[in-house]
Amino acid sequence: MSDVTNTKAAKTNNIGLEKNDYKGLPSTLCKGCGHDSVSARIINVAYDMGLPPHRTIKISGIGCSSKSPAYFLGRSHSFNALHGRMPSVATGAMAAHRDLLTIGISGDGDTASIGLGQFKHLLRRNVPMLYIVENNGVYGLTKGQFSATADEGQTLKYAGVNELPPIDICLEAIVGNCGFVARSFAGDPRQVETLLKAAISYKGTAVIDIISPCVTFNNHLSSTKSYPFGKDHEIQLQELSYIPHYEEITIDEYDDGTRKKVQLHDGSWITLKKLEKGHDPTDFGQAVNILQEAQSKKELITGLIYINNNYKDLHSVLGTVDQPISSLQEKDLRPSRESLEDIMAGMR
Amino acid sequence: MSETSHASEPQTAANGARQINDFCINVATANGTGSQTSNIALLRAMFRMGIPVAGKNLFPSNIQGLPTWYNIRLSKAGHIAHRDVAEILVAMNPKTVAEDLTKVPSGGVIFYDTALPVKEDREDVVYYAMPVKDMVKSMSVAPNLREYIANMVYVGVVAELLGIEMEMLRSALDTHFSGKKKAVDLNMQMIEMAAEHTRNNLPKRDPYWIERIEGGNKDLLLVEGNAAGALGSVYGGVNVVAWYPITPATSLADGLNEYLPQLRRTSEGKSTYAVIQAEDELAAIGMCVGAGWAGARSMTSTSGPGISLMAEFAGLAYQAEIPTVVWDIQRVGPSTGLPTRTSQGDLGFTYQLGHGDSRHIILLPANPAECFEFGYKALDLAEQFQTPVFVLSDLDLGMNLWMSKPFVYPETPMNRGKVLTAEQLEALNGNWGRYADVDGDGIPYRTLPGTNHPAAGYFTRGTGHNDKAAYSERPEDWEGNLQRLRRKFNTARKHVPKPELTQQDGGSFGLISFGTNHNAIIEAMEMLKADGHVCDYLRIRALPATAEVGEFIEKYDRVYVIENNFDGQMHGILLQDNPSHATRLASLSRQNGMPLSAIWLHEQIKAAHERFTKALA
Repeated sequence: MSDVTNTKAAKTNNIGLEKNDYKGLPSTLCKGCGHDSVSARIINVAYDMGLPPHRTIKISGIGCSSKSPAYFLGRSHSFNALHGRMPSVATGAMAAHRDLLTIGISGDGDTASIGLGQFKHLLRRNVPMLYIVENNGVYGLTKGQFSATADEGQTLKYAGVNELPPIDICLEAIVGNCGFVARSFAGDPRQVETLLKAAISYKGTAVIDIISPCVTFNNHLSSTKSYPFGKDHEIQLQELSYIPHYEEITIDEYDDGTRKKVQLHDGSWITLKKLEKGHDPTDFGQAVNILQEAQSKKELITGLIYINNNYKDLHSVLGTVDQPISSLQEKDLRPSRESLEDIMAGMR
Repeated sequence: MSETSHASEPQTAANGARQINDFCINVATANGTGSQTSNIALLRAMFRMGIPVAGKNLFPSNIQGLPTWYNIRLSKAGHIAHRDVAEILVAMNPKTVAEDLTKVPSGGVIFYDTALPVKEDREDVVYYAMPVKDMVKSMSVAPNLREYIANMVYVGVVAELLGIEMEMLRSALDTHFSGKKKAVDLNMQMIEMAAEHTRNNLPKRDPYWIERIEGGNKDLLLVEGNAAGALGSVYGGVNVVAWYPITPATSLADGLNEYLPQLRRTSEGKSTYAVIQAEDELAAIGMCVGAGWAGARSMTSTSGPGISLMAEFAGLAYQAEIPTVVWDIQRVGPSTGLPTRTSQGDLGFTYQLGHGDSRHIILLPANPAECFEFGYKALDLAEQFQTPVFVLSDLDLGMNLWMSKPFVYPETPMNRGKVLTAEQLEALNGNWGRYADVDGDGIPYRTLPGTNHPAAGYFTRGTGHNDKAAYSERPEDWEGNLQRLRRKFNTARKHVPKPELTQQDGGSFGLISFGTNHNAIIEAMEMLKADGHVCDYLRIRALPATAEVGEFIEKYDRVYVIENNFDGQMHGILLQDNPSHATRLASLSRQNGMPLSAIWLHEQIKAAHERFTKALA
């Protein structure tokens, strides 16, 4: 709980919690790290949306990004798992407890290198969770090696020149049948928050690849994952707004031709005002094309790239009971003595 | 059928004596020809005639074409261990027939398909020629079924000559085909036709007979260890299963997929469990760890190669103290090894699985009834001790049909371990430490995600942490945690299944073993006794070893540790546990892919103990 001592009553959200209730420990990441601004966005969004901390869990892999769950939502259970293995832990936790809201935090090394296999299979199973990649194109904790999302031809102080093409996490997600794929930039708080809210309302795996510059090892113009590059080259696909299910949607009639509305599973809406690209995020082919184009032109496109509400999620495939199976007790879990006798009769 | 239905009495038996219910039959076929149906029908029919039987499938790592042998042992004394010698050969495989013939002992019997190049040139055996092709031709079946039905020819011939009851064969096939009458009838037709041909053309010339034992095998089951383990887990309340296919563990997951939908669906047809086929063993155990953390009773099943991949998560689950259960149906390693042969070679690796100082609870079942028992006990121990629990079965136990005592329904309620509820947290004013040793037994308290209390949440990590689960690199925190974990492990010593003691009057030395070696050891002890070597035997059922193990070792000058691996891994563990008794412990281990046999054990123990007593004298 917070230690607020001033007499002024602190503001609370719709479940009666203060912003402080969503904060975590002080960050031990480098000053100015993009990951810290992502943590701040998560705190704001969790507060705004009134997420119940006890039903929210944070799961991460290993790396700078994966440390960050310690710095937000301190009241929630958190699991800093193994390098590249967050998806399997999240899958198991969700299979056990379907009422949890899962925030997965990963990095580019964690997702695109050591964890690429588990990432793809998480998407394939459509485990309902928010999957954030804090993508800086570099290994920070081991002091500056290229990751698999580093740009081709990019140079780093110790690692030299990267000769290999990058893995595009959003592209991998779309072809991996992920139904919510977005990219944003840690230096764009409004867009990050809007996308986070929409992603949390989505039922299924929602991937947000957040370009989150590494101020220590990868913050120079030759990298598309730096602040200067992001600021200069970010091309927003849409102007986004998120409308919670309890608020009425109001859109100017005359603007309709340039807007697209998408309703999410919990009844909330996301509205997209098309910018010059005219991108339709419900079009699989367009989504793939726009990412490939951006990669060849070295553009940083941000926004909601792809959305599809029709993929079956983990729980509907498993056909489990409505309550969390982890909450079931002996009477539901241990079949009767008679049933064992019946089965043994068939073994004689 | 009975012996009187045969016109001719046995003639060629060297001494004329009848050999009743005490011999081995070796059926040599090619993999993928459907011979398994025939062999299991034979085995089950004998079992239902009340005769103690054991069947072993020696199969290749192959889908079709490579040689397979099925060994059936009948033992009126009830010995069900592997025996190296089979008196009766059923030769159906042209590729192995030359070698198969040489293995038949003098006085034996050879049933052979006339399509095989068998010259009846041995005087000391009885030959029965089976015109398989002609008999199949005389049945009008679809060409695609001919190969399968061909294997029923030997069932009919063997049954007729040895005395297996037709009605028992029919009931065995009825079980096999789950009552599908058409399949049963088709196969029985072939069997009966072959039996008739035998009556008319093949007079009985051998001394081997199978005779019903009234009241035999009463209450016993005929079941594979993997099916038993699956069932035990279902009655243990497993509710998240993640697995990846691997021989010889796949049939355990198959068992779960068979029994869970039968036993654990609500009236609305919804599942009280989740089964996920993972993308690999890393993910399988990762899911189990995630589920165990979230409060589920989770398990996975695998074999050695999967255990190698699971090392990473085993270390995390040990360090972060998360319950889950891992079944290892051991096959032969290192590496891919012999994927379809049996071993106990994963013991040492699994005991300390993970880098750094870790120790795991291991359960060691020896028979299907124990697979059932450990199925639910493993889930209890995992939650009680908040740690991964490994059940080390093996291919021999897991994949073969065994006579087994009935399964005992769990007598105690599930042990869900130390889990704090919101109400308990409130009573503590939220003051609790995830890794604090409140009770002095090394076992901390945990909370589950979803617990509605502001102090419920904690940070789970594989990194260093203090009592409150906060990140810590302080030497005293790290060391204190290691010490507590070891304290917890030592508490487990008092709670894991105790060993089973077999004592004889005047036992002068000891045997220690575990798992499926049991049957061969019991038989070898009888053989040793006949030679004047009387010994006692302790079967370890779990690690960490309980106090009884040390006490047993203390009683004898010599204790042989018997195991089916090359290095004597249990011997190594016992040396570590009992350094002051190190010189009493001698390793007797072997690994060639086969189960240990009583004959080999008898020879080895006798020779070793005679050397030992001579040196003493």
